[in-house]
Amino acid sequence: MILFQIYLLAVALLVACSSTLLGVFLVLRGVALMSDAISHALLPGIIIMFLLVRTFDSFSLLIGAAGAGLLTVISVEFLINVKNIKKDTAIGLIFPLFFAVGVILIHVFAHTIHIDTDMVLLGEIAFAPFNRLYIGAKDVGPYALWLLSFIMLVNSFFVWFCYKELKLTTFDPLGAKLLGFNPAFINYSIMFLTSITMVGAFDIVGSIVVVALTITPAATAYLLTDHLDHMISMSLLIAASSVITGYAWAFIVDISIAGAIATMSGLFFIIVLCVVPRKGLFARASTYLNIRRKSAFQLVFEHIKLHGSVDIVLLPSLFGWSPAFVNRLVVSSEGRNLFVRKGSTLFLHKQ
Amino acid sequence: MLDYTMVIVLIGASLLGILSGVIGVFILLRGQSLLGDAVAHAALPGIVLAFLVTESKNILVLLSGGAVSGAAGMLLMTLVTTHTRLKKDAAQGMVLSIFFGLGLILLTVVQKRPITHQSMLNKFLFGNISTILYQDLVCIGVITSIVLLFIIIFWKELVASVFDASYMQSVGFRQQSVSFLISILILITILIGLQAVGVILMSTLLIAPAVAARQWCDSMRSVVIVSGFFGALSSIMGVLLSNCMVGIPTGPMIVVVASGLVFFSIMTASFIAKRIKNFSVPPYTGVTQTNTHTQKNTHTQVRTQAYAQSRICFCYMSKKYIKQKDRA
Repeated sequence: MILFQIYLLAVALLVACSSTLLGVFLVLRGVALMSDAISHALLPGIIIMFLLVRTFDSFSLLIGAAGAGLLTVISVEFLINVKNIKKDTAIGLIFPLFFAVGVILIHVFAHTIHIDTDMVLLGEIAFAPFNRLYIGAKDVGPYALWLLSFIMLVNSFFVWFCYKELKLTTFDPLGAKLLGFNPAFINYSIMFLTSITMVGAFDIVGSIVVVALTITPAATAYLLTDHLDHMISMSLLIAASSVITGYAWAFIVDISIAGAIATMSGLFFIIVLCVVPRKGLFARASTYLNIRRKSAFQLVFEHIKLHGSVDIVLLPSLFGWSPAFVNRLVVSSEGRNLFVRKGSTLFLHKQ
Repeated sequence: MLDYTMVIVLIGASLLGILSGVIGVFILLRGQSLLGDAVAHAALPGIVLAFLVTESKNILVLLSGGAVSGAAGMLLMTLVTTHTRLKKDAAQGMVLSIFFGLGLILLTVVQKRPITHQSMLNKFLFGNISTILYQDLVCIGVITSIVLLFIIIFWKELVASVFDASYMQSVGFRQQSVSFLISILILITILIGLQAVGVILMSTLLIAPAVAARQWCDSMRSVVIVSGFFGALSSIMGVLLSNCMVGIPTGPMIVVVASGLVFFSIMTASFIAKRIKNFSVPPYTGVTQTNTHTQKNTHTQVRTQAYAQSRICFCYMSKKYIKQKDRA
């Protein structure tokens, strides 16, 4: 039982880390939704390949799905470059078409395929340890674990080996081209690896939650740091921690593991969005309030300088402030020793 | 073939097609093509939660739950894109997948209840227009006419905010409330469109007719009308085709037809439209025709432009004045 849990956790961690590793570059390049498109567009590739070879646990499905992913990317690029259609419009036109074709294929060959759309969309991590890999007759462990370790290895090797190219083509594609690199090749490699990762992940967490694991940790890390290498390590850390907390939550309350992991990653993002120093929502709000109060003090100060004194009751009508704001202003000014207050009239300090 | 049920389904499908086609033009022109996808996914937890709380299968109750969470998703997207450096696509992808994950959790809660409605998930994931009843049709009809009425009433403001929001604001319209109105209309359209094609295929139903119509014509009014027509056409064709071929669901068929329409338009429209234009444009005579109507129009245009310029001038002057005061 313990071994079973460890297998599940390892599989989930591998899915999260291998998709996040590419997600960092997808987010930075502004093509994050390609992961969504690819993960949906895999369906017809898998089904057509299954109809051809008639088995499920084989590399041929991987090839079929990767082919479908590449076809998606190529057709989206075609619409963008040749037909002058915007990027997100092209994505929104292509992937529902692929998915619809897949659904229609499933319904046409319903009696010969034991695959249904729920399996692709929702996935089921709990079945992963039961699908074993056999070498000869020997049982060497869950199939998903081997497949995902392989994918993780390929992804990390790609990022480590092409780090310089990735960095350059992500932030300055034109400069990269001038220096003799090939941005289109790097772009297609990222998309190819994304589609392979999606194939490994879709039957484990489902094709929608894998998008959460691809984009959210990377986006969270992007709010936290300005360095690419820090961003990669941080996003891996965030992905791993959202997997672990989500898994624990799902285990305790007995809910969907994939859903819990996605929700935890979203929770991490919202916490970071609110509390991150300088750029977070709280920090921005407090800066805004500070500036507003300071400029209000400035206004009152200038007014008293001109007229000698000012009545608090008149302040709302003078500057268009709400009475509650004026009250707060007066209270905070008392703490700062800015004005002298006699009754309801404010004077300047005599110094 | 055209029995009572079929007529109801066809009317419902065409109403949904018209509505999503018309709203789709605004979505397309605002550059939010994948908004439909994100909001449709974001509506899922609200729908499931509404079902968990009320245990009713009434479509209006479920959709109002979906409206709340869809609006929350929209709000989160605007919050992220306006206050951080994350781009629109990252925000959309996150909202889409996280809300869907939340929906999955709630669904597992639903499945643990003694009364299980597994079909509900499938209904909203893929939609099935062929199961709508007369009451649903009335509901769709009322909502469609309300949305279309709003579009006709606020046509001028909507078009202005889509094309030149800052000019509109400088002329004195409230840009933010108009933008809010558009968002509400989009939300309503997506929610009732869920019944036809479901969560995943929603983005096509919204933007495909608009993209196809955009290939054929250039003025806003004609694009909207043609797009509504294309939407209705693809919905009706989809329903009829899935009716002919046994076992094929309606939603994916509608999507395939709509995409086919788009690719046909992209490939052929520019060619055909060029032929038609060459044929119908009158020769240039050197003198532009004027009548009282256009004169009046140009007069108001000049007035509004002058007003805008005076506003801009005023802003500029006041800035300069403040600067001078600072120096002093």
